[in-house]
Amino acid sequence: MAGIIGKKIGMTRIFDENGAQVPVTVVEAGPCPVTQIKTAETDGYTAVQLGFGAQKVKRAAKAELGHAARAGLDVAPRVLREVAVEDGAEYELGQTLTVEQFEAGDRVKVTGTSKGRGFQGVVKRHGFAGRPGGHGHPMSRNPGSLGPGTDPSRVIKGKKLPGQMGGTRSTIRNLQVVRVDGERNLLFIKGGLPGSRDSYVLITK
Amino acid sequence: MSDLLRDVVQDELRGDTPDFSPGDTIRVSYRIREGEKERIQAFEGVCIKRRGGGTAETFTVRKISSGIGVERVFPLHAPTVEGIEIVRRGRVRRAKLYYLRGLRGKAARIREKR
Repeated sequence: MAGIIGKKIGMTRIFDENGAQVPVTVVEAGPCPVTQIKTAETDGYTAVQLGFGAQKVKRAAKAELGHAARAGLDVAPRVLREVAVEDGAEYELGQTLTVEQFEAGDRVKVTGTSKGRGFQGVVKRHGFAGRPGGHGHPMSRNPGSLGPGTDPSRVIKGKKLPGQMGGTRSTIRNLQVVRVDGERNLLFIKGGLPGSRDSYVLITK
Repeated sequence: MSDLLRDVVQDELRGDTPDFSPGDTIRVSYRIREGEKERIQAFEGVCIKRRGGGTAETFTVRKISSGIGVERVFPLHAPTVEGIEIVRRGRVRRAKLYYLRGLRGKAARIREKR
């Protein structure tokens, strides 16, 4: 089973059959045409490339339109993503994958770009405690000691320090599909997903 | 909120909730699960608050049960809420009737709406 590309719509809560409320992210996913099949002979690995959305024809590059035309599409997809598969022969160019490949209860992986948080200090970025706020303490959110001194005379690699936080590729595994709406191409996935609203995510099994 | 999300939330709401507000005395029948068996229990009291929107909307019902004040929060759109019946409409001047917690007996009465 491959996967599907989707767009985050937002979060809400829905009720399950026991009447309990479940927090869900609503994702508008697919239909995704297969735009290219990568095989071991030609590319050294097997995968299928999926497309999602549509670019305006006048905005799309000729190369993108040509690539789409090979799969029998007249518009170029807005996003292309590859999904690793064991055997590319199961898929054919132009075949569309929909949310129907998933069903409620499935466990999925969701990959997206996390929200960018800019240059952040160690308290926010790594969960350091900072200093206590009162009782005579000077206020501080600094990282503290960076390690031993003269020996080894350097800072250990991988030391958690301030820096850019978020805006990177991020995958969350073992998320549960709560509901599938084939009519509106919606997937209801329990919990939060990486990225902001309207950002694209790749959902794989 | 995008239109699509609004539609999704709209579908999740139940259309059969009666129009009631804080101050009203209501009887809530809700389904309760005991092991395998399911039965319906009623909880009657004064609605003292409504909060939240969309699928998250809840209301709180307060009653005095054998001399002790009991409050229960119900999700308005939960499928476990079998029905809401309005027993009496009350006239109040607050949206949240927390002041009832400090009152008992005659003082905790609410004027009826005409």
